[in-house]
Amino acid sequence: MDLSLVPLMAILVSLIAVVPIMLSSEKPNLREFWTILAALIKFGLVLTLLPGALEGESVELHLVDLAPGLPLALKADPFGVFFAVIASGLWIFTSFYSIGYVRGAGEHKQTRYFASFAVCLSATIGIAFSANLLTFILFYEMLTVATYPLVIHNEKKDGIQAGRKYLAFTLTAGLLLVAASALVYHYTGTIDFTPGGVFTDVELPHTTMLVVFILFLAAVGVKAGIMPLHGWLPAAMAAPTPVSALLHAVAVVKSGVFAVTRVVGFVFGVDVMGDYGLNDILIVLSGATIILASLIAFAQDNLKQRLAYSTVAHLSYIVLGVALLTPFGMQGGIMHIAAHATLKITLFFCAGAIYVNLKRKNISNLNGIAKVMPWTMGAFTIGSMGLAGIPPINGFFSKWTLALGSLEGEMVIPVIILVVSGLLNVGYFFPIIYRAYFKPGEGLEGYGEASPLMVVPIMVTAVLSVLFGLFPNLFFGLYDLAVDVSLSLFNTALP
Amino acid sequence: MIESHLPAYIALTFVLFSVLIPVFGLWKKELSQPLAVIGSGIAAAFSLYGFINYLNNGAIRYYFGGWEPPIGIEFVYDGLSGFFVLVINAVAFFVLIYSGEPSKKEFPGKEMPYYALAMLMMLGFNGMILTGDLFNLYVFLEIASLSGYALIAIGEKPAPYAAFRYLIIGTAGGTLYLLGVGFLYTITGTLNIIDMTAMMPMFAESTAAVAALILMIVGIGVKAALFPMHGWLPDSYTYACTSSTALIAPIGTKVAAYILFRIILWLFGIELTDAVAPLSYVVGVLACIGILYGSIMAIAQSEMKRMLAYSSISQIGYIIMGLSLANPWGFAGAMLHVLNHAIMKACLFMISGNLRLKEGHSDVSRFDDSYRKKYPWTMASFSVAAISMIGLPPLAGFFSKWYLALGTIDNSNWLFLAVILISSLLNAVYFFRILEKVYMMDPEKGQKEPKDGTYNEVKASMLWPTTIFAVSLIVIGFANAVIVGILLDIFPM
Repeated sequence: MDLSLVPLMAILVSLIAVVPIMLSSEKPNLREFWTILAALIKFGLVLTLLPGALEGESVELHLVDLAPGLPLALKADPFGVFFAVIASGLWIFTSFYSIGYVRGAGEHKQTRYFASFAVCLSATIGIAFSANLLTFILFYEMLTVATYPLVIHNEKKDGIQAGRKYLAFTLTAGLLLVAASALVYHYTGTIDFTPGGVFTDVELPHTTMLVVFILFLAAVGVKAGIMPLHGWLPAAMAAPTPVSALLHAVAVVKSGVFAVTRVVGFVFGVDVMGDYGLNDILIVLSGATIILASLIAFAQDNLKQRLAYSTVAHLSYIVLGVALLTPFGMQGGIMHIAAHATLKITLFFCAGAIYVNLKRKNISNLNGIAKVMPWTMGAFTIGSMGLAGIPPINGFFSKWTLALGSLEGEMVIPVIILVVSGLLNVGYFFPIIYRAYFKPGEGLEGYGEASPLMVVPIMVTAVLSVLFGLFPNLFFGLYDLAVDVSLSLFNTALP
Repeated sequence: MIESHLPAYIALTFVLFSVLIPVFGLWKKELSQPLAVIGSGIAAAFSLYGFINYLNNGAIRYYFGGWEPPIGIEFVYDGLSGFFVLVINAVAFFVLIYSGEPSKKEFPGKEMPYYALAMLMMLGFNGMILTGDLFNLYVFLEIASLSGYALIAIGEKPAPYAAFRYLIIGTAGGTLYLLGVGFLYTITGTLNIIDMTAMMPMFAESTAAVAALILMIVGIGVKAALFPMHGWLPDSYTYACTSSTALIAPIGTKVAAYILFRIILWLFGIELTDAVAPLSYVVGVLACIGILYGSIMAIAQSEMKRMLAYSSISQIGYIIMGLSLANPWGFAGAMLHVLNHAIMKACLFMISGNLRLKEGHSDVSRFDDSYRKKYPWTMASFSVAAISMIGLPPLAGFFSKWYLALGTIDNSNWLFLAVILISSLLNAVYFFRILEKVYMMDPEKGQKEPKDGTYNEVKASMLWPTTIFAVSLIVIGFANAVIVGILLDIFPM
């Protein structure tokens, strides 16, 4: 079977779905049917790429030339497929959840919401399958533009402020990415993502390399939420919760860390990163981000804000893993992409269910809610424990691998950071659970669980988190895939 | 056979129609606009055919009446002039289709002189581009300018004043250019550009040649609105009627930019230009200042046309910056931006015209979110053009910036690179501001509910050109590799 068109189709399916979504704006059920259909088809298409990816094969497709010698090219390599499986798989649950959420909360302009969501997913899969920097920029900017209507969705003051902040951060980042890519093109004559990097045959002065790297870091660090470039993420919590769940815990921010990994492993290459000492910058920044963001999370009373800072911290786990430049570190980082995705999406789903059901946003108001929303809070507990790194939930395994990775690189400080951050996670998540279960609640009479459209996705993602923790290879061989990707980046280093 | 006469046909079409329009217009004034559309359509078709012919068979030197220079008049149809002629005639064709409706409203009963003048102006522009003779160029420049002054004077109350100001400044510019031509004639004894190019290495370092070069850059800089010679532009574009602005703004300054290209890269060549002083760098720095100045001033405006006018100053800066880089990428970026900006600016000025026609104003502070229901297609076109102006892929505007960025890097010119990046952000500020107004509620005005509106789009003759331009920005984005491939071949070194 010829798979070469599958990556393109996987990208286009949700883009094409925008048309029927817009046309059926008067018939909500039909409109949501298109979203679900697109999500299922997209996931199915991505899955057809999975067997090849597990064999280490890539599917390549050259479309038109975007510029002389620089094609719009797609390449579904194992790493891209890994990311695409996570993003498109979780979109299915988010779509069901979204329906429950926007109807339960009575959101306006629902058509725009679902249409933008579909475009975002196209862009995300495009990012996963980009074969070169120019194609990558195209989808990266598309994601920026498509997320904007979702960030400002409420069209209130905070939403519009958040939208401006979001654009200021991401558009600046996009421009820096253009500059950085142009520099790479100038120095190496290619901008293809190559395992092992494109600088292997080029000797450049240390400062030049540093400048190029810092440009890249600033460009992809924004979406990856590396401090001090994280400012837009807490602000973007003004968006409806499903947006925070899928985009600001999975698609957008993971595109950022995905980009960091691409830059480290496929543009600079592990060897060049190490030779020029560029990874030290990343280790310092990500380590600091993990600790600082966790500390800031303590101070947040708004549940979504606390989750946002927790996201900032956990994104830097991934960056840290990649920056260690050891096979285990890389593997742990890549696995944490999947682990954090299922865990954080569960937590955001819970926050949204609580908001829609009880209209409560602040942690101090959550006393006793486990009595009325037992399933939701059960899932919340699983998610929190996973992020704190308690076995057997999937967050544990990636953290364990990360720790192995830093020991492999003979570094102790990252291990300490990981341990401390695990404690901090316990510190800021468990009080919420304590309040929900053990403090007497007020004004909860007559409330029950949120609609099944929301509770079922919550349960599914929570169960997935546990299952992936117990059997990392259970569903799609994601563990093997992460191992393969990480090894492929290091094998090129061998002669 | 037709190929060898093409350069003349393009110009003569406009001569013919500038006569036909008064003749038929006196009989039936409704015929003026269709005739202008036909005239520019024929010229655009000739230009397209000519450009394809250039790609297949190479450049054409056309001698009027068979008289060879220096006695006769020569038209040169090479890659550079062919490309410019194609861009301006194609854009003018669509704008003239568009201008039928607004002209009925803005100057009823005066269509005949208006379109006759428009044809004369197009004759001037085409002549400036095609001529192979520096003095001839001046003649065409004056034809274009004089009819341009008249076209700009039609409009709001301050329009004649703005036009008069442009006339004074523009005439000074034209005179400086002529002075420069005089200097060159004295030292080389010829006015023909190709002959002069051959002699240039002998004279380039003489004071007269350097003075001539500076005079010509300053003089044409006025017409191109190169900072700090841009003063005439904002008022002219703001107060002139929709039809005039949409016609002049996308192409007027481009033609002046063409002359700068011709003088700096062809006549002198970049090495001789910089032989005595780094003139190209000075021009580049002026362009950079203009880019930033135009963007910042655009942010400060609340009237959409005025904002677009300042944005034009900024965008012409990109083109001149690409020229000053004088390397293949910079050149390709600048030339691609000539095409992109002509389409983007035409599209945006048309959108402001649509709004003026329907709402009676184009004051951004009074925009509200009913527009998205009332003018869905106009606003969709605006979104596309705005995103292209900001320079996000895959729209056309991104690619001109990409090539310009490559050009700055090839010259290790980090200052210019930074300017490109900063200016893109400034563009985002003033375009997203409008998108916010149009697509969202305004919480600062205490709005709680989205405003409703009934579909109230402009007529098809106005809407189609607007949307065609918007769609073409996407097409050019994906097809730019082909265009740039051609442009890289045109680069003279």
